[in-house]
Amino acid sequence: MTETLADPLAARDHARAQGGTVVESMPVLPPVADDLPADVGANDLVWEETIAAGGYATRRLTRGSRLRLIDGKGDACASILLFNAEMPTERLNVADTVKVQWNAYLGEGRLLLSDMGRVMMSIVADDAGTHDTFCGTSNPAINLAKYGEGRNSGAFPSGRDRFLLGAAKHGLGRRDVHPCVTLFKGARIEADGAITPEVGPFEPGRSVILRAEMDVIVVIANVPHVLDPRPEYTVTPLRASAWRGPVTGEDDPVRSATPEGLRAFENVEDYFRR
Amino acid sequence: MSTDPHMSGLTGTVIHDIVVPARAPWLHHVKAGQTLRIVDLEGNQAVDFLLYSAADDAERYSAQDTVAAQGNLFLREGTKLLSNEGNALMTIAATSVDYHDTIGGACSCESNTLRYGHHTKSEHACVENFLEANLLEGRGKRDIVSNINFFMNVPVEPDGSLGIVDGISAPGLTVDLRAEMDVIVVVSNCPQVNNPCNGFNPTPVRMIVTA
Repeated sequence: MTETLADPLAARDHARAQGGTVVESMPVLPPVADDLPADVGANDLVWEETIAAGGYATRRLTRGSRLRLIDGKGDACASILLFNAEMPTERLNVADTVKVQWNAYLGEGRLLLSDMGRVMMSIVADDAGTHDTFCGTSNPAINLAKYGEGRNSGAFPSGRDRFLLGAAKHGLGRRDVHPCVTLFKGARIEADGAITPEVGPFEPGRSVILRAEMDVIVVIANVPHVLDPRPEYTVTPLRASAWRGPVTGEDDPVRSATPEGLRAFENVEDYFRR
Repeated sequence: MSTDPHMSGLTGTVIHDIVVPARAPWLHHVKAGQTLRIVDLEGNQAVDFLLYSAADDAERYSAQDTVAAQGNLFLREGTKLLSNEGNALMTIAATSVDYHDTIGGACSCESNTLRYGHHTKSEHACVENFLEANLLEGRGKRDIVSNINFFMNVPVEPDGSLGIVDGISAPGLTVDLRAEMDVIVVVSNCPQVNNPCNGFNPTPVRMIVTA
């Protein structure tokens, strides 16, 4: 083997022979999905990828795009950072997201708000209901203490390290990795402030559809919830599909559901008045 | 012995003592081992608070790491204020208020337009204070993260409802913060007049650092 691969052409052949391999967690290029909603044409699909357990993915999505996340096996955990793609200093503001909407529990109709008073994405469908705006994600020190290792290059990478890699691929750095929201794993709050994690495992196949209300950079880390009490590093692959769609119209029910949300849409529409 | 009631219980030498006017920013470097006392002079004043490692200001306060580590949203006596890298920046060594908020964030001109209407855009806001102070040391908008609101009360109801409600502070109440490493403290003495975080009336606070 070693002797053969000492030959560059043999090494080339060996490498090329791996092309076309299909595994569970990988991007599909060009994107193909046989379960798109009936009103979505196959040509409008822009992204199809299954994000590995412990993995991450990042994508720039244009205004109007829909991003569907599916927890195919019931133990995915999608921690998400958002940036305005053309001005990444504008980003998801978790505190404004919960404060402006007078509610911390994400679900259908809720908005993900930026620190500039604009809506970045809205949740247009959600059959999961267990999401978390409070706990953030793991860091290397937490994973070292919990799993015995927390390195990005090791077997138990942390959400923060996954975010740093994803953000770096858009030229962003440590100052840009900010508080996140986590979909599919929940956190219930008791009267005394105590946090009860809701980590499942859940029924396979739960999904969330987000609509981009501006051009966004999405960074997704699929790692165990930071308060997951299970001693094993437990997480299953997360499927992401995205397709083009119309920009939100004035008659959209999510847009006009609350006065605060309506003003967030008015602010983003003002930003795109050019 | 000092007869100043705001000094009660403080040990060590006072090395900094200033009244921050209503609505104003404040920035100060606090060394490891020093204690910062914040005094709510007139009561119900929200003190919006950011914290950076002095050695590396890309390491900064993380509200999410802090609440996850203690499994509770409220900041109480004993709470370690953790960084985005999991290190303790400061510890709440003592507080005469039951708990403090870290989920409500800071008011901004932009979020005010959502909460109260576009007519409030021109009002001064905490993010303006954070920026004004941070810009002096080369930090900018990327350095603004979820903050602490000392003396502010944000309960979460069973259905997830939350809001800034009437404070649980009173004139003369304090919080003492012990620096666990050399830190940069950036404060906005909240100028908000549209919610109960400071009784619709911003008032001064006092900052005392002892070594």
